[in-house]
Amino acid sequence: MKILVAVKQVPARDLPVEPAPSGLWIAEAGLSYEMNEPDAYALEAALRLKESGGGEVVAVSAGPERVQSVLREALAKGADRAIHVAAEGEAALGLDPVAAAALLEAAVREEQPDLVLTGLQSDDTGTGQTGVVLAARLGWPHATLVVAIEPGQGAVRARRELEGGWFQHVTLPLPAVLTVQSGIARLRYATLMGIKRAKTKEIRRLEVELEGSRGGLRLAGLAQPRRVRQTQFLEGSAAEQASKLVEKLRFEARVL
Amino acid sequence: MSGILAILERGPGGWHRMSFEALAGALELGRATGEPVTACVPGFGVEAAAAEAAAFGPAAALALEHEALSAYAADAWIEALGALIGAMAPSWVVLPHTYQTRDFAPALAARFGRALMADCTGFVVEGGRPVFERQLFQGKLTGRFLFETPKPNFVSFQAGAFRAPQAAGQRAPVAVQRADVDPARVRQKPEAPFREAAQAVDLSSAERIVAVGRGIGDEGNLELARELAAALGAELAASRPICDNGWLPMDRQVGSSGQTVAPKLYVALGISGAIQHVVGMKGSGCIVAVNRDPQAPIFEIADYGIVGDLFEVAPALIEELKKSAG
Ligand SMILES: Cc1cc2nc3c(=O)[nH]c(=O)nc-3n(C[C@H](O)[C@H](O)[C@H](O)COP(=O)(O)OP(=O)(O)OC[C@H]3O[C@@H](n4cnc5c(N)ncnc54)[C@H](O)[C@@H]3O)c2cc1C
Repeated sequence: MKILVAVKQVPARDLPVEPAPSGLWIAEAGLSYEMNEPDAYALEAALRLKESGGGEVVAVSAGPERVQSVLREALAKGADRAIHVAAEGEAALGLDPVAAAALLEAAVREEQPDLVLTGLQSDDTGTGQTGVVLAARLGWPHATLVVAIEPGQGAVRARRELEGGWFQHVTLPLPAVLTVQSGIARLRYATLMGIKRAKTKEIRRLEVELEGSRGGLRLAGLAQPRRVRQTQFLEGSAAEQASKLVEKLRFEARVL
Repeated sequence: MSGILAILERGPGGWHRMSFEALAGALELGRATGEPVTACVPGFGVEAAAAEAAAFGPAAALALEHEALSAYAADAWIEALGALIGAMAPSWVVLPHTYQTRDFAPALAARFGRALMADCTGFVVEGGRPVFERQLFQGKLTGRFLFETPKPNFVSFQAGAFRAPQAAGQRAPVAVQRADVDPARVRQKPEAPFREAAQAVDLSSAERIVAVGRGIGDEGNLELARELAAALGAELAASRPICDNGWLPMDRQVGSSGQTVAPKLYVALGISGAIQHVVGMKGSGCIVAVNRDPQAPIFEIADYGIVGDLFEVAPALIEELKKSAG
C-alpha cells in the first residue's frame, strides 16, 4: 500500500509563545519547532502498515523552508521519500484549513496514494479540519479520531475513538483519508542508521498556486487568555507550600 | 439568506449534553444578529426529540429524518445537512464541538467552500459583526477571528462555552422533514459502538485522585506520584499523554476520551489543563494544581495552586502528610 502522511511543523510545546507586535501572529524569533504530535502518531501508524504489509511511505509537509527538518525526521524514522510543498506567509500557518488542505491536495494528486494519514489536529492552530477538508476536496471518504487501522482488500477498517471510553469500527473503501489520534502506537525514535540514511533520501519541492482556496477564517488578533481565576496560590518554599496546602485541605476544604 | 441553524446531536443514549450548550450559543448569536434560530435534530425517529428541543427557546424545531441517519456515518450527515443547508440558506450554522462534529462538519462546510470556525469559546460583537474567540497554542493564547466569506458560515462551540438554556414555557412549532440522502452514496460502514471489556479501575467512585501529566517527565518518576497517592489515600490517574506512552493503562485516563471523575479531592501534577482533560474532572470538589507555569490553564479551575517544580513539591507534600499522620 502506498501511504502519504501529512506532517506539520509547529512551535515546540514546552516554550512560551507571545503575540508579535502586529498582533496577527506570534513572535517567531527564538522559537524552536517540532513535529506536531498527532502527526508523529500518523507517521508511526504509516510506518507500521508498511512494515507489516509492504508498500511505500511518502511524508509531505507544507510551509516555509524550515519545515524540511520535520521531513528529515520522518525520513530518519523510515519514510521512503518526502515532499515539501512550498508555502510562505499566512497560507503556511494553517489558520485556514481550506488553504492548508489545498496545499496538501496538490501532493496527493501527484502521488495518487491508496491512503492518506494525518494527525487529527495541530498543537498550534488546532482547527482539527485539514484531513477532513482534504478528503472532501479529493472526493475521498474519511474517518477521524482513528486509533487502529486494519488494511483489507481495497478497503480499510479503522477503529475510531468516541467519547467517554467508547470506540467504533468503520470500514471505508480506498483511497481514503484517516486522521489519527495520539496513542495509536508507541512512537519510535530515529536510529543513528536512520538519520544517516535520511541524508541520502529525496525531499522534492512542490510549488502550488493556491488560486483563492480559502475558507474565510481571518485572524483579527491574538490576546492573552482572560483567566477567570479563583485559585488561592500558596507561596513560599516547597516545604512551606506543602504545609500550607495540607492545612488548607484539612481545615478549609476538609477533604483529608 | 437568513436564520441560524443549530444542529443538535443525539447518540444511542439520548442527547449529547453539549447540544443544548450549542443551542444556547445559537440563541445568543440570534440575539446579537436579530436572526431566528431553528433547532435541527438529524436522525431517525427523532420527532419527539425535536419537540423536546422546541421548548428551549428556538423559533422553530426540525426533525431531519431518514433511515440512513439511524446510526452515525459521516457521508450521511454531510449529504443530509448539505441538502438542508442548500435549501434553507441560513446565515449561520452552529454546532456543538463534539467528536461527531469534528468528523463531519469540516467536510460539510467545505461543500460550501467554507471552513468551520471550530471549537470557539465564545464571541463578542464588534462593529455589528460577531468576532469569534478560540484557543490557539493549546490554550496559551486566544485568537479573535472574523469570517471573510459571505453566508452561510459555520461555527462550533467548545464544551462549557455556553450554559445550556432553561426550558421556556412556550414550545416552538415542530416540523418533520425527510432528509435528502442516498444510502448508496454513504461510503463509511460503521459497526456498533463498544467499550473495552471490563475496566480494571472505576475512578468515578474514587474519593481522592492524584493525576499526573506530561510534567512527570519519565515513566520512572511515576513512583513519586504513587507515593503521594498512597499518602493521601488516593487513586492514581493521568492525562492522555501518559496513557498514550503506555506508562499507565487507558482506564486511568481522565478526560473527554477517558473517565469522568468527581472526587472530593483532585490533585493535578504537571497537567496543563487542556479542555479535553478538564471536562473529565472539573466537577471535582476541591482541585489542587501543581505546575511550574503560572500561566497554565489548569489554574483557571484550581481551588489551590502551587506554582513550582513537582519534583520538589510532591516530596515535600509526602513528608508533610506523613508528619501529620504520625
Ligand atoms: C479529541 C481529543 C481528545 C482528547 N482526550 C483527552 C483525554 O481524554 N484526556 C486528556 O488528558 N487529554 C486528552 N486530549 C489531549 C489534550 O488536548 C492535551 O494534549 C493533554 O491533556 C495534555 O496533557 P498534559 O497536561 O499532561 O500535557 P501538557 O499539555 O504537555 O502539559 C504539561 C504540563 O506540565 C507542566 N510541567 C512540566 N514540568 C513540570 C515540573 N517539573 N513541575 C511542574 N509542572 C511541570 C508544564 O508547565 C505543563 O503545563 C485529547 C485531545 C484531543 C484532540
